[in-house]
This record gives sequence, C-alpha cells and structure tokens, in this order.
Amino acid sequence: MSKPTNVVIAGLGGQGVIKASDILADVVFSAGLDVKKSELHGMSQRGGSVSSDVRFGECVFSPMVPAGEADFLVVISADQVPVNAAALAPGGVLIEPAQIDESRLSNKKSINVALLGKLSRHLPFSAEAWVSALKRNLPEKLHDVNLKSFAIGREG
Amino acid sequence: MPQNKASLLSGDEAVALAAIESGVKLGTGYPGTPSTEILETFSRLGGHAQWAPNEKVALEVGLGVAFAGARAIVTMKHVGLNVAADPLFTAALTKVTGALVVVSADDPGMASSQNEQDNRRYALAAGVPMLEPADSQEAYEFTLRAIEISERWQAPVLLRMTTRVCHSKTVVRSGTVAIPQPRAAKFVRDCRNRVMIPAHARPAHHRLRETLANIAAWNEKEGPNEIVAGSTSLGIITSGIAYQHVREAAPEASVLKLGMTYPLPIEKMRAFADSVDLCMVIEEGDPYLVEAARTAGIAVEGKQEMYRHGELNPQRVRRILNDDCSPEPKPVPGKPPALCPGCPHRIAFTALKNLDCIVAGDIGCYTLGVLPPFEAMDTMVDMGAAIGVGLGLRHSLPPDEAKRVVSVIGDSTFVHSGITGLVEMVYNPPATGHVLIILDNGTTAMTGLQEHPGTGRTLAHLKTGKLIFEDLARTLGIKNVHVIDPQPAPEKFQELIQSCLEKPELSVIVARRNCLLAARSIREYEVHENDTRELEVCHE
Repeated sequence: MSKPTNVVIAGLGGQGVIKASDILADVVFSAGLDVKKSELHGMSQRGGSVSSDVRFGECVFSPMVPAGEADFLVVISADQVPVNAAALAPGGVLIEPAQIDESRLSNKKSINVALLGKLSRHLPFSAEAWVSALKRNLPEKLHDVNLKSFAIGREG
Repeated sequence: MPQNKASLLSGDEAVALAAIESGVKLGTGYPGTPSTEILETFSRLGGHAQWAPNEKVALEVGLGVAFAGARAIVTMKHVGLNVAADPLFTAALTKVTGALVVVSADDPGMASSQNEQDNRRYALAAGVPMLEPADSQEAYEFTLRAIEISERWQAPVLLRMTTRVCHSKTVVRSGTVAIPQPRAAKFVRDCRNRVMIPAHARPAHHRLRETLANIAAWNEKEGPNEIVAGSTSLGIITSGIAYQHVREAAPEASVLKLGMTYPLPIEKMRAFADSVDLCMVIEEGDPYLVEAARTAGIAVEGKQEMYRHGELNPQRVRRILNDDCSPEPKPVPGKPPALCPGCPHRIAFTALKNLDCIVAGDIGCYTLGVLPPFEAMDTMVDMGAAIGVGLGLRHSLPPDEAKRVVSVIGDSTFVHSGITGLVEMVYNPPATGHVLIILDNGTTAMTGLQEHPGTGRTLAHLKTGKLIFEDLARTLGIKNVHVIDPQPAPEKFQELIQSCLEKPELSVIVARRNCLLAARSIREYEVHENDTRELEVCHE
C-alpha cells in the first residue's frame, strides 16, 4: 500500500490554521481519496500554538503525522517555524509567509489561504477543485478576498 | 439520510448524525472538550439538544427519557463522568425500556483537561457495557449499536471516545447499520426495576451480573471486534485510536481490534494470543486490557510504563514494539495560550495580584490567571473546588493569612458545581468571613462559547429561564453582594475586593462583563429576544 501524503499546517490560535486544513481536507475528499485530519481544540484557541495534520492517499490509518514525516509544512506565523520544524521529513517542503508578498493581499488575514495557494502547486488537484472547496468552507462575503489570495499564492 | 452517502466528519459529528438517524428523543450534557460538538451538531441537524447545569443532572434527565421508553444520548468529557458517577452506578442496576447512551470523551495527554483518567475503568467498576470507536465511521456505527445494545439488554451503555477520535475528521458512510425503529414513549410502571431500595437493588445486582455475562457471550460471537490477519510471529490486541497507530507502525502484524471493551471477549483474546508467537497489547492510557488479559491467564506483553503517559502516535507505537525506553525527543515549546487582549478576566487577576491574595481558583479560561504576568492563582482541582478549597484555607490558616483568601469561579462553573459550595459558605462561615468572586462573562468561554442557565438562553440560543447569581446569593442571606463591571474603572474593582477582604463577613462579588469573543453574538441574541418580545406584545 502506498504511503499517505502528510501535510502539517501550523500557526497561532485565530490565524485560520483549522480553516486551512478544513479546506485542504475538503479538496482531497472531493477527489475521492481517503483522508484524515486531526488537531487539538481547547486551550490552543486562546492565542497559543496550533497545528493541524492532514493525511491522504489510498488508505490512511493514524490521523497524526509522525514527527519527521511531513511532506509539506505550511506555517502561517513566521515565529512558529522553529516550533514545527521537526515535523518536516528530510526533503520535505516548507511553505511560510516569507514566500508571499503580503502587500499584494487585500486582507492580510487571508495569508492562510495564500499559503494554501502555494501548497496547491505541489499537489495533484485542479484550481477548480480548490476554488469550489474555498467557496464551500468560507462565508460568501469572504469569497472574493480569499479567491484572490489563493490565486496570488498559486501563481508563483 | 440516503444510503451510503459519504461525508468527511469529526467523530463528534458522526455521533450526532447517528443520534439523528436513530430518532434519539433528547440529547443532553455539559460542555467539555473534546465532547462539546456532539450536542451542538445534534441540535444543528434538528435534534432536541439541551445543556444541563452539570453532567449528573444530564445523566438523570437521560435516564428519565430511557425510563419513558425513548432514546437518550448524554455527553460529557472524561472528568464529567466523575460528576455523573452517582447516577451511573445505580442506573446500571435499573432496567431502561428505551436507550441510554452515555458518551465519555477522554483526553489522554490532557490537551485541555486537568487529568488524563482512563474511563474504561468506569465501565468495569459500574458494570456498564462499553464500546470504543477508532474513527468517525465507527463513532457513527457504534452509536447505533450502543442504542441497540441498550434496548436489547435494558442497560445503559458507555460510548468511550478519545480526543483524536472526537476531533479527527475521517470519511463516514452512513446507512451502514440498521437498527430497530424507536418506540413511542409511554409510561409503564416498573417499581422493582426502578426504585432502588435494598430489597429491589439486591436482586437487581444479581440480574446485572447475569446480563453482563450474556453480553460477554454475545461479544465473543457477534461483538464489534475484528481480526486483521497477518504474520503469526507478532499479534497485537488493541482498541480505539491506538488501532490506527498500530496498523501504521506494524503493517505486517496480526491485529485483534476490540470494539467492545467491556465486557471483554476473553476467549477471543485467548485464541488470538494462542495463534501468534508473541502477543502484545497496545493501548493508550492505563494498562486496562493487559491487566484483564493477564488476570484471565492469557500470555501478553504490555507497553512500558513511560508510555502510560500522554497520547500514543505511530512513532510511540514503534518505540513500544521495539522495547525502546530511551528518552523521547522533547517537542520545541510552542506559544502557550493566554487570556485574550482586552479580556475582562485580566483586570480581575491584576487586582488579585496587587492585593497579594491567596486565590482558590477554578476551571475555565480564567485558570490562565495562574500564568505570567498574573501568577494570581494558588489552587485549581475540579469544577466548583474554588469555593470549598477557599473555605478550607480560611478555616485553617492563621487569621492574617486567612484574610487574604479569595475564591474565584466562572459563571458556567458556578452553575455546574459552585452553588452547593455557596451554601456551605453560608452554613459553615469561617471566622474571618470569605470573599467569593464570580467572573461572569456571560458564556462558557473555554469550551467554545456555550450557553448555560446563567445566560438565560438555551443550547440553541433561545430565551429561557435565567439564574441570577446576585439574587441567589442574597436569598441565601449573604449581606455583602456586589455586582460590578470591572472594565470602566479597574481601581474601583480592586478597592471593592479590598473592602470585602477587610470585613469578617461573607461577600459575593459578581464581576460582570461579556467575553470579548462572545459579546457580538450575545448582542445579536438579545436583539432577537427583544424583537420576539415586541411581537408577543403586539399579539396581545
């Protein structure tokens, strides 16, 4: 059985870590793959470190990405890179805010979605699939801002 | 629900979906991570869901529903079952005619709890059958099976979840399990099985043991336990989320996954252990399965003691299988949670720090008052303990220290378990008096902004009866009852605490200001309530 693809999304409470992992999991699920997504709620919601694991493939058992086995680490807050660096597999891809020109985002809070755009370049799902998942997981009034941020991340 | 429709659901959402599909008449519980989303989802899907003041009341309400012949689901976190333990143990002796499913959401690793107790021990101690799902699909299916088992054997059933099962989202196909339709609620008198005087309870206990023996026999033959065939050199007995880690860490091993972990299918476990060269038990938390296996004379190896602590994950399971007890790599410390900027609790803990108080604290966001920059909390043990512990300190410390003791409790926690503490305060007042501060932020903030009897709104945020803390305190005969918004003038708030501390009398201070995170929603609910009230007036 092929190994699952492991993605860890990390940041601080209130930055949209869970929302980003919901969107990713939705894209994967809609593509018909097995997917598991896991995070801890509770105390972490009070501004502390938050991370969410998304694993997908033919068949996924544990919902938790083992340390050092993340193929992709998406970090929304630069100061959380050292905290989560151990998650990344050798040769894994780090996606961090420095890779996005924040001045181009019409709302800086949508950095989580811009980073998903960056992640999407590495994954085998169509732009349309991402756009549909974004729309399903966000209130309508936030669609424009987030679709633009996603496009900025995805373009380069 | 269409047959076999697939969705991506958390374990909590999957339980709610099963509850809806099986016609559960009432869902009740008290919010607690990681169980809270079950009732919220059940309500959103159209179910009748209620928050109870605490888990004991919730379980009693659920028992009444099941005595009426209907189906009930009662949800709580692991420590909530301690509060509900009194009804649980004797409910086990009674006969329900409908279904009573009690969800215990355990928190190994303590992501958001004060201990990591393993509630499989409760199933054994109370004699209540227990099912343990390993993902959302099983959370869905086992909820349905729990209802069926409860009705078939007229017994309450525990559904034990853990944090990673509650909060992980995995694929769920609905319509996979068919159970009988719910019966119409109807009162049928059955004193011998519901009035637990000793003359009834003695035969009831004998009957309970017979029932458990019958369920054990069923579990051996037809229970929700699975064998994954693999190598005969290594066999692993496991349950719940640990199963998922095992399949990843040891894909070659034979596995016996137990879905019903009380009463155990001991002969199935024995036959499995006999079929392999080495049989290991991989379980999160206490050595519950390994002890049961060894007591039955089954040769199994358990995990090393160091793995009793915290959650398991694939790499820890690999370490267990390799008998690796070397120190584990320490995770890089992340940013700890903190009280939100502008949170009214900040003012309270600044004042308590300034006044050098000895603070008996309680459970909620405000427990963060123990951390810098406040460091203004000295005790926190369980829901409601602020009052009892504060009184004990007052009774025993020398007067100059006793006079510095303050009990601090949140609004939802006060309703949950603080009211009896307040009665104790009136009944057995310390010589130096006492000061109780109720931090009333208008919501159950810690678990995600749930309503409670003090907000005067139901789980679905609709207007209902309201408990008014200051009226309650006055009714109990406390003379110094103050209500204050600490925000506009923090120094006045501090002066008020100081003046109360100086009196050898009982004081209750209600520090009332809405949680910042909830304030907007609360305003919207209130506007809606006013609109409704105007409508009612028009109709008159």
